[in-house]
Amino acid sequence: MMERISLRKAYAEALVEEGKNNSDIVVLDADLEKSTMSMLFKQSFPERFFEMGIAEQNMASVSAGLALAGKIPFYNTFAVFATGRAYDQIRCSIAISYANVKICGSSCGLSDFGDGKTHQSIEDANIICTLPNMIVLNPVDAIETKQMVKWMIGYHGPVYIRINRNELPLYTDSGSEFELGKIHSIRKGNDIIIFATGVMVWKSIIAAEILETKGISAEVVNVSTLKPLEKSEIIKYVNGKKAIVVTEEATKIGGLGSTIALMIAGSVSLPFEHVAIQDKFGTSARSYEELLNYFNLGEADIVSAALRALKEI
Amino acid sequence: MTDSQTLGKLNKTAWQLRYDIVEMIGIGNAGHLGGSSSLAELIAVLYFNNMKINKDNPNDPLRDRLILSKGHAALIQYAALCELGFFPRTELKRVKSLGGLLQGHPDMSIPGIEAVTGSLGQGLSIAVGMALAMRLDRKNSRIYVVMGDGEQSEGQIWEAAMAACRFKLDNLTAFIDCNKLQASGTTKEIFEIPNIDKKWQSFGWKVISKVNGHDISQIIDAIEEAIQVKGRPCVILLDTIKGKGFSFAENNPAYHNSTLDETTYYQALRELEMQKMGSK
Repeated sequence: MMERISLRKAYAEALVEEGKNNSDIVVLDADLEKSTMSMLFKQSFPERFFEMGIAEQNMASVSAGLALAGKIPFYNTFAVFATGRAYDQIRCSIAISYANVKICGSSCGLSDFGDGKTHQSIEDANIICTLPNMIVLNPVDAIETKQMVKWMIGYHGPVYIRINRNELPLYTDSGSEFELGKIHSIRKGNDIIIFATGVMVWKSIIAAEILETKGISAEVVNVSTLKPLEKSEIIKYVNGKKAIVVTEEATKIGGLGSTIALMIAGSVSLPFEHVAIQDKFGTSARSYEELLNYFNLGEADIVSAALRALKEI
Repeated sequence: MTDSQTLGKLNKTAWQLRYDIVEMIGIGNAGHLGGSSSLAELIAVLYFNNMKINKDNPNDPLRDRLILSKGHAALIQYAALCELGFFPRTELKRVKSLGGLLQGHPDMSIPGIEAVTGSLGQGLSIAVGMALAMRLDRKNSRIYVVMGDGEQSEGQIWEAAMAACRFKLDNLTAFIDCNKLQASGTTKEIFEIPNIDKKWQSFGWKVISKVNGHDISQIIDAIEEAIQVKGRPCVILLDTIKGKGFSFAENNPAYHNSTLDETTYYQALRELEMQKMGSK
């Protein structure tokens, strides 16, 4: 069993670490600091932590004001509220203004498995990707999360980062640095390319191992920058493969699958399978993996998709 | 008491701002004449009497800031920034044109504009963020925010009102342009908000009400009083006339965002000319 580490803890620890060197970093939360773990920053720098109460729209615009006056605000709450509840505030106060606000959508995707459809966010990254000026990041593990936080502070502009609620295996090289838009191969292979993001990298790696036993060599890449994504980065991994699978823990409409399909349409003619949520809201479950399987996002679903793409079933 | 020389200067400035609004709208184009002209005296006082700003260093970290939360009144802010020299007069005639500097609503690309506004209800929150930043940095800058009376139905304003009080932001002064009209009619018939002063009081704000928003002296006195308030923010309720200065537009809901035709355009200029003569 691979070691699994909490992404939210890594995120908050990175904030504290960076906060030591940069007094402009300020953190806001909407009464979920225990859950998002931004309380670690609160404990270290109480004067730079702002409890905004359960008022996400105000929190988003206040963050814009802080940024426009020279601060580097990170605002935190569940992904569904960070984006959906404050959509127009992100649009007008933050994105149009190009305000240097960092938005942390915690408990993203189905990772808050128990709380059900109101708290599970299947569309947050999709909608934020539609906004000009926004960068959207989806880290694969705790190491990449820390690297991304560091990168976000060095970048002047609005960024949305999604943070999984659960402990996930480590894939990122701890000696590397995050590069925006760069796709990394986690597992090499020759027959099929699996573009995966977030928790689905883990699931895709397991699927690739199963495919190996069937004599199929699958390459799994980590697409942790959802926006901006360059066609050249995608094509690099498509070349020489017989089929493409995209896996994401998000609604199939307007997400990574659509982005990649549109990007390569007309220049690549390969079978294409998409493992994503089928236009449905979430539901409560007792475990994360149980829920991923229920929405056909498990390793078995990825294996099936790969076999379909290769016309082997 | 403000000396008569200052009053005369600021009244002249307010007149000039109204003149610029008419210039910007021109003949055959639409513009928010009503809600811009109701703010002429306040904007004249803020930009030409109270605020520390410098056109040669628009990003001076020690400057005061004005957020026009009712962003549709952009024309009055553009007029002031132009008169202060933030951009050339030639831009006024190109307002809202493709390729022009001046957008339909305030945009960060325009020198002197501090925030993107226009989607109502967000300005006070942005101002709260700026006021917090000023306090963290121990800067003495003041943050001013101007809201509309129709805008008060936006829920986010009340989230921000609670936050400003919780954080004891006495470096923040808000104004409500009570011109009693909004896009679709009178505030009374569209969405009446009774006891607006008591609402702000109950949210913990110092409220200065019944200030004649077209009386420079009263506006200056109210701001002086607001600045003295410690430990909490202050809101000034300005009693104003929408379309002030243009008889055909005063208290007329049709001039929220309207086109001036040849007749009304020249009438507006004639009335401005008469006001100028009357003040001499």
